[in-house]
Amino acid sequence: MTAIPISKQKSEQKSEQKIVLEIKDVTLRFGGLVAVGDLSMNVPEGSITGLIGPNGAGKTTVFNVVTGFYKPTKGSVDFLGQRLTGLPPHKVCEAGLSRTFQNIRLFHNETVLENVMIGSYVRQRGKWWQNLVPFLFPAAAREEREIRATSMELLTHLGLAEQAHAISSSLPYGAQRRLEIARALATRPKFLLLDEPAAGMNPQESVELLNFIRKLRDDFDLTILLIEHDMKVVMGVCEYIWVLDRGMLIAEGSPRDIRANPQVIEAYLGKDAPAGDAPSGA
Amino acid sequence: MTTKIRNGTLNLLSLAALFYFLWWAPGNLDGYKLRIINLIAINAILGLSLNLIYGMTGMFSLGHAGFMAIGAYVSALLILTAEQKTTMWILDPIAPWLLNLHTPFIASLILAGLAAAFLGWVIALPVLRLGGDYLGIATLGFAEIIRILIVNLTPLTNGSLGLKGIPAHTDLWMSYGCFVVVLIFMVRLMNSNFGNVLRAVRDDEIAAKTMGINTFQTRVLAFTIGCFGGGLGGALMGNLITTIDPKMFMITQTYSLLMVVVVGGLGSITGSVIGSILVTTMLEWLRFVENPVTIGSFHIPGIPGMRMVIFSMLLIVIIIFRREGIMGTREFSWDWLFPAKPSGAKGVRGQ
Repeated sequence: MTAIPISKQKSEQKSEQKIVLEIKDVTLRFGGLVAVGDLSMNVPEGSITGLIGPNGAGKTTVFNVVTGFYKPTKGSVDFLGQRLTGLPPHKVCEAGLSRTFQNIRLFHNETVLENVMIGSYVRQRGKWWQNLVPFLFPAAAREEREIRATSMELLTHLGLAEQAHAISSSLPYGAQRRLEIARALATRPKFLLLDEPAAGMNPQESVELLNFIRKLRDDFDLTILLIEHDMKVVMGVCEYIWVLDRGMLIAEGSPRDIRANPQVIEAYLGKDAPAGDAPSGA
Repeated sequence: MTTKIRNGTLNLLSLAALFYFLWWAPGNLDGYKLRIINLIAINAILGLSLNLIYGMTGMFSLGHAGFMAIGAYVSALLILTAEQKTTMWILDPIAPWLLNLHTPFIASLILAGLAAAFLGWVIALPVLRLGGDYLGIATLGFAEIIRILIVNLTPLTNGSLGLKGIPAHTDLWMSYGCFVVVLIFMVRLMNSNFGNVLRAVRDDEIAAKTMGINTFQTRVLAFTIGCFGGGLGGALMGNLITTIDPKMFMITQTYSLLMVVVVGGLGSITGSVIGSILVTTMLEWLRFVENPVTIGSFHIPGIPGMRMVIFSMLLIVIIIFRREGIMGTREFSWDWLFPAKPSGAKGVRGQ
């Protein structure tokens, strides 16, 4: 309930920052279960924003709503003035949003390079049949070669060039995560959603990830929204944080505010008193 | 660059070798062997088209016999003469508009493919929303529907009597010509980025959608192209055997194609070609088990259908011990012959 006025204040404070993603009053019900309730949040351009919450809070569900896998029962999602609600996932990708998955979803029989090339397909203008007779359609053939070259560049950029011709499932875990991000970048997104990028990483790898995410944002002109359980990562990299619990937004603010917020602490650690008055806000 | 020139030269050389063989074979091999060599090419076309649907794009389809039937009938109806048609339709007179329809053989092949592709497209729209085993069952059902329609639409198809006296247009040049075209098509398709996209749809549909791929449209397209191959193969087969009837296109026909694809390796172009050679020759060679055998004082009468039993057992053995087939998803490459130079280039393969 308190979420809306706060976000208004904030957007007034950062008036020069353009809002790219705007989620308005989104509710998603599965039968009687409210997975996400009246969620309103927005993400300013060029920011790294965190979406956190305890297990089962509905974070991944929010990602699925934004990327078109779920159609919200109520509410809307806008991206750069374009209504995303109701668009199928591939249209959302065309609009410039790309994502990774909590459990890595690579094309595991394909090589690393092919995985990235598949990502580029959404921006490929040549038709499939033109490449059957490349001598008749030199433009399509050139594009095909360019895709191979730019995919290779992208792999070099993310430090995967040496494994370019390895089958993607043979990569070590951390490299698979990076490949998933590389593949998402190949769709030339303006907005990147990362679902638990640090999952399964050791502390040192997590620290590397912080710098990697910042570098991504700067090198590719991205806005990044990420779900993360590793608080070191969240507090280290996010400029703004939204906290979900049981489908509801319970807090938002800078990392410092969130760390001190009693509601957040309660959601994560529980509280001593019996939970009689817990749903008071709803 | 040098490997590119080398591979190109080797491709041309193998094509030349194929040409020489096709020129040499008719004068030096008997009709039975020629028939088998023809069938190898046709089964390879059919296997490749089924592999595009099942192996490359991951749609378990059991409907290929139905699309073959469409192709075989369309082609036969287009090249039979009006006199042949009037004498053949005994149960019901032939539909008048069909009587004088006539096209050259090549045109009939293309139209046969297009007819099968169109029907495949119509079927794909509702059926491809299903996945996995459900898709297999639905396509199986559609293939049966096509067969039953052929049996009952007597004015169009002459019903269960089938069509006889189809001119034997399919010679080695025709079947291998079509085979080479289909092979080059498949190699180019699967080596292009669109080929990657097809494999992506097979491997992980959700991830493919996230990558901006319209997976439904992609599957419909692959299915339609595969059905074109089915129709083309069916038409070639009809013109090779010169008689067709609905019984030819039962589920067993789909099974033997499935065998070609699975034995060779799902998702491998080379595999389908090897599978076609193996399955076609084995099916003929195994005929000896159906002959009466006398071992000492023991006499075993010939059991018709015995080779299918043995074949099915072979299939079970393959599925248990080498599920990925002979090739897996790998492809033939000239680099195999030159192991020193690593490269990703793939060669067009000729027999």
